[in-house]
Amino acid sequence: MKKTVFLGALTVAGLVGGAAAAATLDDVKARGTLNCGVTTGLVGFAAPDANGVWEGFDVAVCRAVAAAVLGDPTSVEFVPTTGKTRFTALASGEVDMLARNTTWTFSRDTDLKFEFVGVNYYDGQGFMVPKALGVTSAKELDGATVCIQTGTTTELNLADFFRKNNISYEPVPIETNAEGQQQYLAGACDAYTTDASGLAATRAAFENPGDHVILPEIVSKEPLGPLVRHGDNEWGDIVRWTLNALISAEELGVTSANVDEMASAPTNSPEINRLLGTEGNLGEMIGLDADWAKRAIAVGGNYGELFEKNIGENTPIGLARGLNAQWTDGGILYSPPFR
Amino acid sequence: MSHDNVAFHREHMLPEAPPPVTETGVIKWLRENLFSSVANGLLTVVTAYVVISIVVAAAPWFFNGIWDSPSLTACREMLDGRTGACFAVLTERWNQLLFGFKYPDELYWRPTLAFVLLFAAIAPVLFIKFLPRILLIFTGLYPFIAYWLIWGGSIMVPIMALLGVLFGVLVYRRTLTVSAGVAVLAGIAGAMVFWWAAGFLTGSTAGFMALEPVASRDMGGFMINLMLGVVCVSLSLPFGIALALGRQSNMPIIKWICVIFIEFIRGVPLITLLFVANVVLAYFLPPGTNFDLILRVIIMITMFASAYIAEVIRGGLAALPRGQYEAADSLGLDYAQSMQFIILPQALKISIPGIVNVAVGLFKDTTLVSVISMFDIVGMIRGPILASAEWNGVYWELFGFAALLFFITCYGISQYSQWLERQLQTDHR
Repeated sequence: MKKTVFLGALTVAGLVGGAAAAATLDDVKARGTLNCGVTTGLVGFAAPDANGVWEGFDVAVCRAVAAAVLGDPTSVEFVPTTGKTRFTALASGEVDMLARNTTWTFSRDTDLKFEFVGVNYYDGQGFMVPKALGVTSAKELDGATVCIQTGTTTELNLADFFRKNNISYEPVPIETNAEGQQQYLAGACDAYTTDASGLAATRAAFENPGDHVILPEIVSKEPLGPLVRHGDNEWGDIVRWTLNALISAEELGVTSANVDEMASAPTNSPEINRLLGTEGNLGEMIGLDADWAKRAIAVGGNYGELFEKNIGENTPIGLARGLNAQWTDGGILYSPPFR
Repeated sequence: MSHDNVAFHREHMLPEAPPPVTETGVIKWLRENLFSSVANGLLTVVTAYVVISIVVAAAPWFFNGIWDSPSLTACREMLDGRTGACFAVLTERWNQLLFGFKYPDELYWRPTLAFVLLFAAIAPVLFIKFLPRILLIFTGLYPFIAYWLIWGGSIMVPIMALLGVLFGVLVYRRTLTVSAGVAVLAGIAGAMVFWWAAGFLTGSTAGFMALEPVASRDMGGFMINLMLGVVCVSLSLPFGIALALGRQSNMPIIKWICVIFIEFIRGVPLITLLFVANVVLAYFLPPGTNFDLILRVIIMITMFASAYIAEVIRGGLAALPRGQYEAADSLGLDYAQSMQFIILPQALKISIPGIVNVAVGLFKDTTLVSVISMFDIVGMIRGPILASAEWNGVYWELFGFAALLFFITCYGISQYSQWLERQLQTDHR
């Protein structure tokens, strides 16, 4: 008898498991926590502080989704992933979403069967050189030795850029960013190349950041964004529109300071009303309640606030908004309308 | 003839003169060891120069070190251009380096106590000649105590696990008269049945004498390295012995299973096994199952280490003269007895340096788990600490600290093994 019960329980567990995999939203609600894949540590984007609390720009996206879905920005289980384990963690269902500064590329979107729900940071590959070298443009780097991480897209971009401009270079292969930092400071290479945000963070850690310049050329497109698995479009919609809500909130002037006030009663801007749920039924359409976007914005503020707090010009990383400004301010951040 | 004819003759002995300056004390030692020839003298001077310049260069780095500062930038301001280390990262993040960033800090005493008890538990094994055998009981209990301390939860879980083991041993004893192989299988089956039955009991007494539970994924730092090292080395020794004996067995199926296992595991890099543990298994298990990551890693590292230790022990077995096996047979001992009393004691003694070599290598290899996003000490340094805005750019202090911890542990193991070899020395030299 016991055995039959046991087998029956196994079957039920299997069925529940299969069904839960299809509806991530129900799964997350039943579990009470959102499993969010992040990096094992990247300055400004995701890192635990001295008390073990995760902080950063990518982390903020996870917290916003958790607040929208579960109503609690702290009920997130952060699953640290390396560049090698991130995609399997998502594909196998270990995490519900990945916010791990991952570049949106064709093959990742199609061949690996993921769905990039948007872009939270437009990055690109840049160059850093010592000021003493007297170089002002990457096109003057003819014959330079360049420190480059092996096996990354940056390596291919570098070759393309130099070939296109018909100049030569000598690569110095390195394994990690930390190694690159050491090699570059030790003078093993004239220039160091990686994503511009990474260069800025690296330079910020130098003893004399002023002695080094980041050249103006950006030689590749690296749109970084959160992603989910293929096969659950409803869940993908929730993550996509949570990110869009953060971006729209900045455009519409909704901040963490005024979101409560604006959500308490309808304002005279219909789009703000629809976003914050005082008008229309957008929350219902994605399977959440009317306050979902309000909660997501209340966690850490809108996109601009998150940017300033984690990676903006007043932080040690000191990134300018650049491409990541709103389309109204000369950037390319452009959220579809909330309608 | 009288004494007058003798020009001089000594009446008494000369007092003992001190040896020449060059043949005594410091100078003798210097001459013999450092300046015995022109070439050696030259080498000494060059080496001394190198050593002194390293010390001179490193000393200010150590002595100007800042031990109290909130961030690297603050450190650099305090140093004000002087050379100096920023040890403040160690004083601020020591807990993360040792226990990981998620282990609750009011519970640090639990792994610490488990660590202290570890010495009490292994001492009776390491110094078996000098300590009373009764203390081995504590060694047997230690795994269960340590599990309870580190993971927490109800005390019923480790107690039931222990009772299961005892039950298995009882079954083994009872069936030993049939045959050793059957007894081992029956013992394992008995323990399994007991654990399965105990699962119902522990489920209902979950709150009984419970420590606050800590999940595996909340553990990190040097604690993980030590846990993996201790567990995997102690598990891989019996498995390694079994595999080595199996490989020499006359029974073809057992022999080939052991050969294939050893050759396959040895032919695969450890990092591949770790990726299998972390990534590939996730595809095979149904979604939502949480097969403990630390357990998966322990299984993989133990398999890896067993294969290596098996080969080391096979070397020891091969080194024994054929006569030893024949002597055991001629005494009428059966296979189990001859191995237990004649062959293994000698073979293991020969294998000590090799086993220690594997153990030390394995302990250092536990840092590889940082590539599968576990936060062991290296993972903590490369991930959270270097990625924090405050400490981005501190390398020497952190990696030096990790190196120091590993050096202390590995040097200790190596010293013990040399002592043990001297203790067991019964060769005809």
